[in-house]
Amino acid sequence: MDVADVAVRLLAVLLAFLLLPLLVGQGEHKVMAHMQGRVGPMHAGGFHGWAQLVADGVKFVQKEDTIPAGADRRIFQLAPAVALIPYLVVIVAIPLGPDGMVGQVLDAGIFFVLAVLGVGVLGSLMAGWASANKYSLLGGLRTAAQLMAYELPLLLSAASVAMAAGTLSLTGILGAFEWWWVPWQLIGGLVFFTAGLAELQRPPFDAPIAPEEIVFGAYTEYSGLRFAFFLLAEYAGIVVVSALTAVLFLGGWHGPFADQLGWLWMLLKTAALCFVVIWARVAWPRLRADQIQQFAWTVLVPLALAQIALTGVVKVVTS
Amino acid sequence: MSLGSGLAKGLAVTFRTMTRRAVTQQYPETQPLLPPRSRGVIALFEENCTVCMLCARECPDWCIYIDSHKETVPPAAPGGRERSRNVLDRFAIDFALCMYCGICIEVCPFDALFWSPEFEYAETDIHELTHERDRLRAWMWTVPEPPPLDPAAEEPKEIAAATKAAEREGS
Repeated sequence: MDVADVAVRLLAVLLAFLLLPLLVGQGEHKVMAHMQGRVGPMHAGGFHGWAQLVADGVKFVQKEDTIPAGADRRIFQLAPAVALIPYLVVIVAIPLGPDGMVGQVLDAGIFFVLAVLGVGVLGSLMAGWASANKYSLLGGLRTAAQLMAYELPLLLSAASVAMAAGTLSLTGILGAFEWWWVPWQLIGGLVFFTAGLAELQRPPFDAPIAPEEIVFGAYTEYSGLRFAFFLLAEYAGIVVVSALTAVLFLGGWHGPFADQLGWLWMLLKTAALCFVVIWARVAWPRLRADQIQQFAWTVLVPLALAQIALTGVVKVVTS
Repeated sequence: MSLGSGLAKGLAVTFRTMTRRAVTQQYPETQPLLPPRSRGVIALFEENCTVCMLCARECPDWCIYIDSHKETVPPAAPGGRERSRNVLDRFAIDFALCMYCGICIEVCPFDALFWSPEFEYAETDIHELTHERDRLRAWMWTVPEPPPLDPAAEEPKEIAAATKAAEREGS
């Protein structure tokens, strides 16, 4: 692997990391608006408000970066980076198309991706703990509880796919993929996607940042660029969770003309899942913190275990 | 209703709304369609004003300013008496105070005040919201004609009086 090749791959990963979350953010503006009978941003940039997030970015940069007097300064300043950078790292391992169209092929891809994904949530915990604010602390603790509850179904449903493919590598899983895996792993896919949604603290699992109860949870004390990083992390998280669901449960780049258009199928599947994430936010009310726990332990974990059993049975029968 | 059907209904409603046209009117580009009796601003038809001061006195928050002076008009017929006439010098409404109750318009016996649907007269300084007679007169051009009467409604007072007078002449 020569230097130029690595540079091109890293550049592509960085570009995806900078561009896709903004596209999702703009998509959320517009989709949410139209679902509520509005039109959303229309002026920034001239054409249907395409530059709204650029304008928002400029606004955030201009704002003062305040740190509360009682805050743990170092941790407080570090938290947005801890929340954001793991998603950049995860994108490295997500395959875009066939024949090595991936930042870096990793043999333990699923382990790597899920482990790094878990680090991102630590950013919210650090922010909540370091802010010296009771709302931030409540938000941080809710985040922690949610992380504990939903990491398990996330791992179990991913493990089911790894069992089916017989490999932990994301590219290996896509190599072994057959179309009938989609109905076979359907329950696991739903569990994975739902748990991913909960990890991201997206509605209907947004009790940790519930503005009506605890201001803005762990992000209450943040302003300016650091706050923008947390928002960006949320949208990068949507991209990553949608892309992972597409890779693990929807066959990633598999589709007609996969040799030439594989990357397009992957992007389309990811975009469709991102749309579902936004749709869920518009359509559904927030779950209470205790309902979130109940849902994880009494619904998702048993479903994930059932999926693993099903995967095992089918695997034994077919081999 | 079970839990699942409620969730599906939420998704269906939002998706259906998304496929329909948004109801938003992009204001500066599209002017709103206001109903004819909209209370936008009060216009002054100063030719009808006799400086009777009824509007200024009935105004609940005293936002109408009227100045006038008397002029003497020569007698209509030779040997008659000189008449005096009120001339309007200033008519201003402070729209920072006005609460758009419309009592001045109701109370004007000479049809000199009207509602206009015009609403784009915001200012950056509160003192500039006191609009003088030339501006109030210009708003007269934006006053829509009164909506037609309901079918089988009573005749307007003016027409009823005119027909009665005509009948009297004829008989």
